Amino acid sequence: MIPRAHIRPRTVPELDLDAIIDDTTTQVVVCCGAGGVGKTTTSAAIALRAADRGRHVVVLTIDPARRLAQSLGIEALDNTPREVVGVAGTGSLHAMMLDMKSTFDEIVLSHTDPKSAEQIFANPFYQSLSSSFAGTQEYMAMEKLGQLVAEGQWDLIVVDTPPSRSALDFLDAPERMSRFLDGKVLKVLLAPARTGGRMSLKIVTAGMSMFTRVLTKIIGGEVLTDISAFVGALDTMFGGFRARAQATYDLLRRPGTSFIVVATPEPDALREASYFVDRLESESMPLGGVVLNRIHPVQAREISALKARRAAERLAPDHESVADHLIVTAAALRVHADLLDRAEREQKVADRFFQAHPKVAVAEVVALIGDAHDVADLRSIAENVS
Amino acid sequence: MASSSGTQWWADARLHVVSGKGGTGKTTVAAALAIALAAGGKRTLLVEVEDRQGIAQLFNIPPLPYEERPIVAAPDAGEVSALAIDPEAALVEYLDMFYNLRRAGGMLRRVGAIDFATAVAPGLRDVLLTGKVKEATTRTKDGRRVYDAVVLDAPPTGRIARFLNVTKEVAQLAKVGPIKRQSDGVMALLRSSQTAIHLVTLLEEMPVQETIDAAAGLTATGLTVSSVIVNMASLPELSESKLSAISADGAPVKHLREGLRAAELDVAQAEALGDELQQYAARYGMEAQCRLDLPKVGVPIFELPRINQRMTNDTVYELAQLITDQVGYV
Repeated sequence: MIPRAHIRPRTVPELDLDAIIDDTTTQVVVCCGAGGVGKTTTSAAIALRAADRGRHVVVLTIDPARRLAQSLGIEALDNTPREVVGVAGTGSLHAMMLDMKSTFDEIVLSHTDPKSAEQIFANPFYQSLSSSFAGTQEYMAMEKLGQLVAEGQWDLIVVDTPPSRSALDFLDAPERMSRFLDGKVLKVLLAPARTGGRMSLKIVTAGMSMFTRVLTKIIGGEVLTDISAFVGALDTMFGGFRARAQATYDLLRRPGTSFIVVATPEPDALREASYFVDRLESESMPLGGVVLNRIHPVQAREISALKARRAAERLAPDHESVADHLIVTAAALRVHADLLDRAEREQKVADRFFQAHPKVAVAEVVALIGDAHDVADLRSIAENVS
Repeated sequence: MASSSGTQWWADARLHVVSGKGGTGKTTVAAALAIALAAGGKRTLLVEVEDRQGIAQLFNIPPLPYEERPIVAAPDAGEVSALAIDPEAALVEYLDMFYNLRRAGGMLRRVGAIDFATAVAPGLRDVLLTGKVKEATTRTKDGRRVYDAVVLDAPPTGRIARFLNVTKEVAQLAKVGPIKRQSDGVMALLRSSQTAIHLVTLLEEMPVQETIDAAAGLTATGLTVSSVIVNMASLPELSESKLSAISADGAPVKHLREGLRAAELDVAQAEALGDELQQYAARYGMEAQCRLDLPKVGVPIFELPRINQRMTNDTVYELAQLITDQVGYV
């Protein structure tokens, strides 16, 4: 039996995930939060629960742990939604893993002719940008989400977000990417390409020419040539990139989207969650609520930590050489006292969050032992969340 | 490869790189290591590079600027300083140092060029961060090292191999020139015995798997892991055999009732207490399972216990002491 968690004060609303996934107007659920809080597992569990409850769901995961990927039957990183076996009822669940590079390639292809695309793909700068730009993963996740929505074959799309340094990165990614691709720095770099190699003094201010000079000094002229060629090739696509980034951003703000912030009752995770909630509110993004994961509930509530430790000390002062029942009781009391300390710490950390965000709905999830290995594990996690 | 003693790195390394999956407590471990290494009148520098202000939060001090400053004392007249490296500031400093271009730096910042240079070319960003770490590690004053050791709270395991493999990342962008030279210098330091890489993990499946994968990734780039540091391990409250029996069959509630009666505590709590004990035993069993996988990494393993109370400076000192005890150097 899984014990109940009691960390949420009565004044804080309870997050009703079933209501969100049962609402047929909900088309997109975005799970976000700090790294290591169980975001991917939570996304998969929510998706499975929605499918079990009759919806046709696709879950887009970013770099899932091997076991989780296996349990979903997606071992290839190939952007292909694959059906997950074992859904109860009439719904369905497909799962896919984001392939960042091929998603970027697809965007390029859709905005240019095959010959220009080839040139772009061959450019070392594009290769670096598409495989490791700080923010490419976030941007591509959002791009993929946009594509899935546009395809229209899914009733509900659940998206996991990349393990960003800051959980906020992915919200900024489309904007950052379009600002970069559209930015004045690149315009300057582009100038020689546009004027057939001649620097146009009208465009290039003194500051900018200094910039190119410094950049040439640091990274070398060859790199600048690559960048310039790359930007020249992308030039015709700028408008398209910006429009796409804007469309994704608008999509996220629609009422059919619901953001679920995942956190654990740890200072780092809740701090990230706090920033995220503030940010979503300031951008008028639809926040569903917070899933507070890995809570350690206390069951023997009538025995205080102090009493437990004192009693353990009395019963088995040297941890042995007494009767079995005393040894095991002393051990249980020590375990209980540690658990109380831990629960108290978790409560304090969580209370700070509740005070700062008294209106944000919260679902409590008890810490499980071990990871999800199959669909049945995911289902029990989902039951725990709902 | 581990040296014969397994802890040669303690004496040799000047730079300690601490990585770990999110949530494993790598910042805490890095801080404890910095304190442990500073004990006995030494000076260490604790560095963070991800703009998280994790060090300031851990020690409950105001956010760290891009400036080295003492933050805590270490046992026997040691001192730990801290630095939060900001890639933009590092670039400006770099320009100033090598090209006397501080003014240009300010101008570049205004037009967004630095944002461009550091955000767009991730290899360049990492070279600036690791370059600054190298500079602090090798810095001397009056012929002596300024820091006996530098401890880097590095990016998480998922990104660590790419972060440290700066030469490869930059090679794609710059084949010659100062950035290339800079990255080669960083790489030489990272590959030498002056650098020790430590991977922090919990005794849970996912972090253990990530640790094994990260170690393989690092080895593939010619970098060597010096130790695995298990954090937040449960202490055994009963013998292994008793714990595995409790995990499988539940706690002996009858015994707990008798024990509670003997302790004059509420006997009605026996079942609830038994559930808690079984949960603990199950977790302990899972941790024991994870312990069996870690030797795959092929390096010495250190263990730090779970701290259930709130982290305070005292707990970081306790962890530092536990590291020192296990390393076995005085």
